[in-house]
Amino acid sequence: MPEELRLVAINGMLGYGYEPASLENGIAAGPHLFGVDAGSTDAGPYYLGHGRSLTTAQQIERDLEGALRAVKKVGVPLVIGSAGFGGASVHVDFCLERLERVAHRLSVPFRCAVIRSDLDRTVVKQAIKNQKVRPLAGAPELDPECVDGSTQLVGQIGTEAISAALSAADVEVVVAGRSCDTAIYAALPIMEGFDPGLALHMAKIMECGAQCAIPLAANDCLLGIMKRDAFLIRTLSNQRTVTPESVAAHSLYEQPDPYELHEPEGTVDMSNALFEQIDRNTVKVSGSFLQPATGPKTIKMEGARLAGYRSVTMAGVRDPDVIENLDAIFVTAKEMAIANLPTTMDPAVLTADLKIYGRDAVLGHLEPRTAISPHEVGLLLEVIGPTQETANAYLALLRSSLLHCPFESRKTTAGNLAFPFSPSDLEGGPVYEFSVYHLLEADDSRSFFTPEFVTIGE
Amino acid sequence: MAHLCELASVFRSKNAGPFLLTIDLMFGDESTFQRVANAAALSTEAVARLYQIDPENVRIVPFPKAKAIKVTLPRVWGRAGAGSPGDRDVYGAQQHGPLMNLEIP
Repeated sequence: MPEELRLVAINGMLGYGYEPASLENGIAAGPHLFGVDAGSTDAGPYYLGHGRSLTTAQQIERDLEGALRAVKKVGVPLVIGSAGFGGASVHVDFCLERLERVAHRLSVPFRCAVIRSDLDRTVVKQAIKNQKVRPLAGAPELDPECVDGSTQLVGQIGTEAISAALSAADVEVVVAGRSCDTAIYAALPIMEGFDPGLALHMAKIMECGAQCAIPLAANDCLLGIMKRDAFLIRTLSNQRTVTPESVAAHSLYEQPDPYELHEPEGTVDMSNALFEQIDRNTVKVSGSFLQPATGPKTIKMEGARLAGYRSVTMAGVRDPDVIENLDAIFVTAKEMAIANLPTTMDPAVLTADLKIYGRDAVLGHLEPRTAISPHEVGLLLEVIGPTQETANAYLALLRSSLLHCPFESRKTTAGNLAFPFSPSDLEGGPVYEFSVYHLLEADDSRSFFTPEFVTIGE
Repeated sequence: MAHLCELASVFRSKNAGPFLLTIDLMFGDESTFQRVANAAALSTEAVARLYQIDPENVRIVPFPKAKAIKVTLPRVWGRAGAGSPGDRDVYGAQQHGPLMNLEIP
């Protein structure tokens, strides 16, 4: 077992960028592994459901170029977690295409381990029958129809599968489908016999890049140094520092609880973690530990399904009487639009929503400031229908009805709205919703995620 | 009396997964942190009232190491999680509004 392991996070999201000088400093530290998180559910269900990446091919290839050069230079692997953003096979293939292009540009082949994370629906439905599926915080019980209806259904890859990929000789890049963010950085230290609680805590900080630094940045590199009884977090940019408070505060970020981290391995207890300043770029962390899972092993599942098609239009309102009467105008306009729908269109499957920016668009009925009279508001009119054509048609009727809608005290009889564009209506395309956000009990979790080996850029 | 937003140096909201919202309050000094952490005004009932949800679903966790308080609650918008139809704020990044003017003695 080595005395310490040095791991470099390329950044907090593949494609967000990083300072080349920071990566150079990372290379100079002689790391044992490079890692990068490439996906999230944060941007909503569309990216998983529709098989698209939030980050573009150009962004990803830019970041990969430096990372792959670093892999060849240092001779250690790069682990990409949640490849292609959603982590389903379509996303993993998108990521492999980017790797292929960059490898060709660099004129060097790379040996890759590819771990796919798509789940077998029959297995999941059987698990529902056997009561081996439970909802994660806030999600409803899982209906088998949601499993069948999901366009994509993935399980999160943990440290075991990534360790298996890293153990294979000559692997230079691990391309993992949907992954536990922590598995990217915790797999190697756990495999090398370091404390799993400290490894997972360090990994949780590293998966966001330099987000724990001052100034914070998801788009910069970070160094983690795993030791036997502690770990160090070190910034790699001379422009950034870390403090015990900034590193401690990071465990609040996007987490429901700052003291506990729930991972497939168990619960990381961070309540006694000690954060110490070593130098302006380095904070030492000790004292966090793993309470190993007592029950069966679990896999976190994520699925998304199609919820319809969206069309939107935007308009401004400056007339005070229109602003005053907007809620009533919207009700009347909906009635007018529905009355004029062709008989082939069922109003029951169409929804319309009006967001009034400048009044309460962000907080809706929770907006505490109700006694304001804005001199101007922005309207976002949204329609969701079962097809793009029906959404477009309902939006068009609703838009013209709103524009010309009569109301009491109306003076602006030529039109209620100021449209900034011609054409005024925009197609938003398919709309998704989360259909699965559940834990699957699976004692044989290892069998769900098996690495395959390929060479790219040959 | 002061509004919560006048006392906090960081006041932010964000999704914690697609179905939960988490609000972080951080304070510039220990005494302000203690003042808010010990204030009965910042209760699960008060948060539940502002967000029109059940108090049983609200958690308030002080985190002294970062002079911070975390408030976690179910997501209000979106019929099936963040970014689903009916959402107003996909990342949940502007949902701290209702809490900002809570009065703290």
